[in-house]
Amino acid sequence: MARFRVCPDSGFYFDKSAESLMKVNAVAAAVSLLVAGIMALGVILTRWQEVHLLPADLFYQALTLHGINALIFWIIFFEIAIMYFAASTLLRSRLAAPKWAWAGFVLMIIGAVMNNVAVFQGRSSVMMTSYAPMQAEPHFYLGLILFAVGALIGCFVFLGTLVIAKDEKTYEGSIPLVTFGALTACIIAVFTIACGAIILIPTFLWSIGYINHIDAAMYRLVWWGLGHSSQQINVAAHVSVWYLIAGVLFGARPMSEKVSRSAFLLYILFLQLASAHHILVDPGISSEWKVFNTSYAMYLAVLASMIHGLTVPGSVEVAQRAKGLTKGMFEWLRKAPWDNPVFSGFFLSLIIFGFIGGITGVVMGTEQINLIIHNTIYVPAHFHATVAVGTTLAFMALTYLLIPVLFRRALFLPWVAKMQPYVFSAGMTLMILFMLGAGTLGVSRRHWDMDFTGALLSFEYPGTAYVMMAVAGIGGVLAVLGGVMYLVVTVGSLVFGKKLDESAGFLQSFGLPLPAGTYNISRADPVPMAPRLAVEEHGSAGFEAPGTFVLAMALLVCFVVYYFINWDYLSSVWPLS
Amino acid sequence: MPQEENPQEPERIPFFQRVLENPFLLLFLGVVVPTVFYILWGIMEIATIPVAQ
Repeated sequence: MARFRVCPDSGFYFDKSAESLMKVNAVAAAVSLLVAGIMALGVILTRWQEVHLLPADLFYQALTLHGINALIFWIIFFEIAIMYFAASTLLRSRLAAPKWAWAGFVLMIIGAVMNNVAVFQGRSSVMMTSYAPMQAEPHFYLGLILFAVGALIGCFVFLGTLVIAKDEKTYEGSIPLVTFGALTACIIAVFTIACGAIILIPTFLWSIGYINHIDAAMYRLVWWGLGHSSQQINVAAHVSVWYLIAGVLFGARPMSEKVSRSAFLLYILFLQLASAHHILVDPGISSEWKVFNTSYAMYLAVLASMIHGLTVPGSVEVAQRAKGLTKGMFEWLRKAPWDNPVFSGFFLSLIIFGFIGGITGVVMGTEQINLIIHNTIYVPAHFHATVAVGTTLAFMALTYLLIPVLFRRALFLPWVAKMQPYVFSAGMTLMILFMLGAGTLGVSRRHWDMDFTGALLSFEYPGTAYVMMAVAGIGGVLAVLGGVMYLVVTVGSLVFGKKLDESAGFLQSFGLPLPAGTYNISRADPVPMAPRLAVEEHGSAGFEAPGTFVLAMALLVCFVVYYFINWDYLSSVWPLS
Repeated sequence: MPQEENPQEPERIPFFQRVLENPFLLLFLGVVVPTVFYILWGIMEIATIPVAQ
């Protein structure tokens, strides 16, 4: 039975079932991002003290909806789509157990809707962390559990597809690096979901009265195995997306397959341990546990990120130099396609993730200097650099790549798409930098009123903190505008975009397969006969990338200077003499 | 004199590569390492806190 089609523009093979599942997961992700973005506006306009838009109850409700939709639903729906793409399309394999994959998707939808309904009803404004003994409605927890079960099914469908591809010899040798990165994301997801099950099932039983007590310290420890590791799935997924975009746009191959795969192995072994930095000021847990998990082990994961941060732009530089862009250190970068949102989104994501997200992450993971900023607004500033720019912008760039290839539609309002990565990243960077500053001055995260109006224990922040939060507010509004631009382009493309295939109608944009005749290949070309795309193959490109090494040295200098400034600051706020 | 390789013999895959090509071994390692160092060690620490009198 014919089940594959080949995209005439990109050469990618699409399995009929996998294609529909990628589309519906991507659409569900975009809907989650819409909810998250609307709520983001409420949050940022409340934290901007001069505006102070929402009353306290609505603020915490909006913050809960923003956090869960942005950090869980948007990201994981999109990651499931990426996993199906990496296993089925890049390996030219049929998808394993498509009915199970649909069942998983339905469970994820039911879970996401149930959880959102619980928060909208107003009695589950417990924020994403839902720390016990704060209690939400039972369907808040049940929604998360159903969503996690659905995502777990998606992970096993991905693993099953790897097995099928190997059995049916759709590829030769090792799986491509992008698929290996998706495997890394899948493995971290399994650990994450297991932690979620360990803590959320008892919490659900507690919410319906079957268990009378949840230990707060135990909850925090295990919950962060879910809460922070879920963001590590993102890191593995967006690094894979970077390699994918570099391969598709430039035909770039990794500088060294061995080094890049070893870096992913370091993620598999150690990245989840970074969850420990949330527990650094918790009493009852020893320094040995804290020091081991946040330094000796976590730095190996940081090393892996630094390797990817070097090899991804390095592979682009090698590919560009091979095309003759060899003048000086940076001709390859100056003459890169900056007006293509796929490239600009990818490269801005990489730079901001490394320079801001990476450096602040190490500062937060260092037990001593973490004390300066623990639980301040510095923390959301850090994870907006990693997740909102690093991951979300990379996923946005991938969407621009996949709309013509997967959905067979041309981009709607391409001039808006060209500007979108710049508007989004400029807004985010402004917001992040000033939130980092405000956090260093002690401004709390998740706090409705900086003025402490009517509080028994009052506190007065310096005027600079108010200015910084106001500038962060302006940046946040700009970032929301960037998010709106993304949704206008993507939804507009699916509905109004020029059809690149006559049969790519409205319903096909939302998951219905193209007409049966489009899938006219029963088995993808066997490996030796097929012209392989760079991202479907393996092989190293070498280390001739002086411009990238200069960028890496700039990152190192920034890191060293910022790290020592923090130690100096610690000595002034906490004199030991 | 170096031994010549027999072209009939299949190429030997290095041990490290065999590890990286086994998704289920990687899944095992990726779940066990953080479970031992983060979850189990952490639970033991909390469980051994003396109960307040």
